[in-house]
Amino acid sequence: MFAKTAFIFFTWLLLAPLSWAGLNIQHWTTPQGARVYFVENHDLPMLDVSVDFSAGSARDTPAKSGLANLTRHVMGLGAGEYTEREIAEKLADVGAVLSGRLDADRAGFILRTLSGKAERDQSVAVLAAILSKPRFDGAILEREKARVIAGIEEEATKPESIGAKAFQAALYGTHPYALEESGEVASVKSLVRDDLAAFHRQYYRARNMVVALMGDLSRTEAEALAGKLAADLPGGDAPPPIPPVNPAAKGIERIISHPATQSHLFMGLPVFTRNDPDYFPLYVGNYILGGGGFDSRLTEAIRQKKGLAYSVYSYFMPMEQAGPFQIGLQTRRDATREAVNTARSELARYLAEGPTEAELTQARNNLIGGFPLRIDSNKKILEYLAVVGFYRLPLDWLDTYSAKVAAVTREDILRAFRARIRPEAMSTVIVGGQVEAQAK
Amino acid sequence: MRPFIPTPKPSMTRLLPLLGIAAALAFPARAETVEETLANGMRVIVKTDRRAPVAVSQVWYRAGSMDETYGTTGVAHVLEHMMFKGTKDVPAGEFSKRIAAAGGRENAFTSRDHTAYFQTLQKDRLELALKLEADRMANLTLAPEEFAKEINVVMEERRMRTEDSAQAKLYEALMASAYQSSAYRHPVIGWMDDLKNMTVDDARHWYAQWYAPNNATLVVAGDVDPAQVMTWARQYFGPIPARPLPVRKPQREPEQQGVKEVTVKAPAKQPVVALAWQAPRLNDPQADWEPYALEILAGVLDGHASARLNQSLVRDKKIATDVGAGYDDISRGPALFIADATPAEGQGVATVEAALKAEIARLVKDGVSEAELNRVKSQVLAGQVFQQDSLFYQAMQIGEWSTAGLDYKARDTRYAKLKAVTADQVRSVAAKYLVDDHLTVAVLDPQPLPEGAQEAPRNAMGAGHVR
Repeated sequence: MFAKTAFIFFTWLLLAPLSWAGLNIQHWTTPQGARVYFVENHDLPMLDVSVDFSAGSARDTPAKSGLANLTRHVMGLGAGEYTEREIAEKLADVGAVLSGRLDADRAGFILRTLSGKAERDQSVAVLAAILSKPRFDGAILEREKARVIAGIEEEATKPESIGAKAFQAALYGTHPYALEESGEVASVKSLVRDDLAAFHRQYYRARNMVVALMGDLSRTEAEALAGKLAADLPGGDAPPPIPPVNPAAKGIERIISHPATQSHLFMGLPVFTRNDPDYFPLYVGNYILGGGGFDSRLTEAIRQKKGLAYSVYSYFMPMEQAGPFQIGLQTRRDATREAVNTARSELARYLAEGPTEAELTQARNNLIGGFPLRIDSNKKILEYLAVVGFYRLPLDWLDTYSAKVAAVTREDILRAFRARIRPEAMSTVIVGGQVEAQAK
Repeated sequence: MRPFIPTPKPSMTRLLPLLGIAAALAFPARAETVEETLANGMRVIVKTDRRAPVAVSQVWYRAGSMDETYGTTGVAHVLEHMMFKGTKDVPAGEFSKRIAAAGGRENAFTSRDHTAYFQTLQKDRLELALKLEADRMANLTLAPEEFAKEINVVMEERRMRTEDSAQAKLYEALMASAYQSSAYRHPVIGWMDDLKNMTVDDARHWYAQWYAPNNATLVVAGDVDPAQVMTWARQYFGPIPARPLPVRKPQREPEQQGVKEVTVKAPAKQPVVALAWQAPRLNDPQADWEPYALEILAGVLDGHASARLNQSLVRDKKIATDVGAGYDDISRGPALFIADATPAEGQGVATVEAALKAEIARLVKDGVSEAELNRVKSQVLAGQVFQQDSLFYQAMQIGEWSTAGLDYKARDTRYAKLKAVTADQVRSVAAKYLVDDHLTVAVLDPQPLPEGAQEAPRNAMGAGHVR
């Protein structure tokens, strides 16, 4: 669901280059075809590794919705010589932490381990087995299906989840970006071992893999490590790109009743790709509209002036194909109409007038002045490497970032916003208290 | 979004952070901590870490929801919101604007024990943060018109975090039941009725009582010159006069005499059962051993995916979809040891509750293996290294320890003490503390959505507004 990935996106959008000596990113391709991105740093005796595949929920079909998620998840529950219990114990024995991630575009694993040879070898061996030799044990699969279904059913009671799902469907219709990451109850029920094994063979290929490495490792060790991760993966080509989104000319409006004390608003349209030529005008412009927290117009108008919401925001999510622009907020039921109208009129005003010079200066100062904060830990640098690698951004993306933020003008923002945010194409989903609002 | 409060539910996955140990132990050359108490009683602690050209500033006030009284619950957190609403020299909203213009990030959080305000900036912008923090420590305006708006924002925050979250309601009820006399029974964000009836005078009173330099600790971490930080601290905070603080009553929690049970009905699909036992907090990091043994116990039960609870209830018996256990011993008030579980489809609350207790009984009867013990300790060791990746977290630990009345330097000791915990000690604290007479059970009784989540008529609200 987009709500979840939105957080990662915020982090990413706010990521900015070093104003001091930049990151020395080393990049190579393993003999098997995996792309590797490495920053060597020996400050702490630890290593962060991420492996990502173009194997997110956009690779699912409606009938097998949830397959990408379940495949990635069950890969970690028994692989090669290790039972699921041994996987957890081998990692814990050396204090390593392995987590998974999945969104519409990407699926992968993140490993944090001590960098001593014994600890590193043991944790990397477990990860390598998970990537190349998942067992997909039948009993474990059934158990995990039941857990995933329980999760889907629980989410279906929550207003924010109901709204996010409806919003996604409104924006993407029959495009795979409309599919829920966890899938649907019926589709998950229908999945069998062969589905997972086939999905793994098709997508968990070296040529579809991006490895990011950050920390206490030499180049030689890094090459050996990446080679080991890629060594036994299925052969074959990377999958074709995700199909382009054909955005609807006219948006949809949905109002979904729910007994919650707050109404939830989701408003937006599919618009933003990772390689959008207007990336920077939209990014800087959104800081001013609703991305810059207390510097943003939406927060000022809805929270600061009127006290109508705790959280109100807008974001652009850059994806392989058009990711959403969204405005969101939560407000008490009887204020729904006022809050929604205020958000709409702020957007309309922004599209009419654009930002002021003072707002633009403030945005630039924050985005450029905050450089060092955005890569001040191994964890943040790893995430940067993973995104640069996955989306094939230029290696100097950070180095040129400052200049690109600084170059954005009011006219750029106004033009880019007007070109993409067409009010008639925006969809709106409101979950909650329209009944009281109507009665007013 | 800010300001925020930590979730009222004690985290179930806090093993590594909880076991956090002094960074200085592993990397003495890189990390150096110096401390000074200003003439007005304010503590200043500076930790250098030169991995990135960044500085974190955190001002901790030893005033949290546990210092509140009936009728004004939530005022600590409301005041936290009001701290961004202006002083004589820095109008409402300007604090955030100035930090943002400097490329900084800022926020604040309120807990049961404390209220803290933080900024992260390029190292050469640190002075701005200290100057602004000193100003709002002494000169907050607390304008009625700003209060009138902000109290609504706080109520929205409560609706979002608690009213519309079945899990949060369950934990709110668990705390309100498990604690009898301690103010820990109140939610940090406050009861809704108290928020509805709160006045600007309540906030003013709170500010006058607790926002004094002799009730505050400044923690700075990062690529900074400690001598320069001390100079700024004396310059900006030094002139603020000390004030007598209210007497703090101990409010000791009586020993529980028998199991307590509470049920919460809320919209949800699955039930949840949460168990909370009275447990000791860390009082003397040198002499205590039980809190350390309880931390290891939490790791044995829930430290990783094959730890006892998940392995037994989720993986082997398949009677639960999720389980957890947690224990936080760094606190000013009485601690709890908590376990929870979500029954699998077709399983009842009673079954999983019995299974949780059976795992504890098995541990008490058979003890823990050396392999289990060492596994948890390895995680502790690794966690100690990993946590050094976050400057913010390093500062946070110093602040939490200091505010809880503990010597942050004793975190080195703590590491040694955790390593020294024996299997027998783990068994003995389980036997002593995880007993029914000291137990509170909270059950979420899931309710179907009253009308179901249905589509409403198309034009019910706002259709055609912008178009």
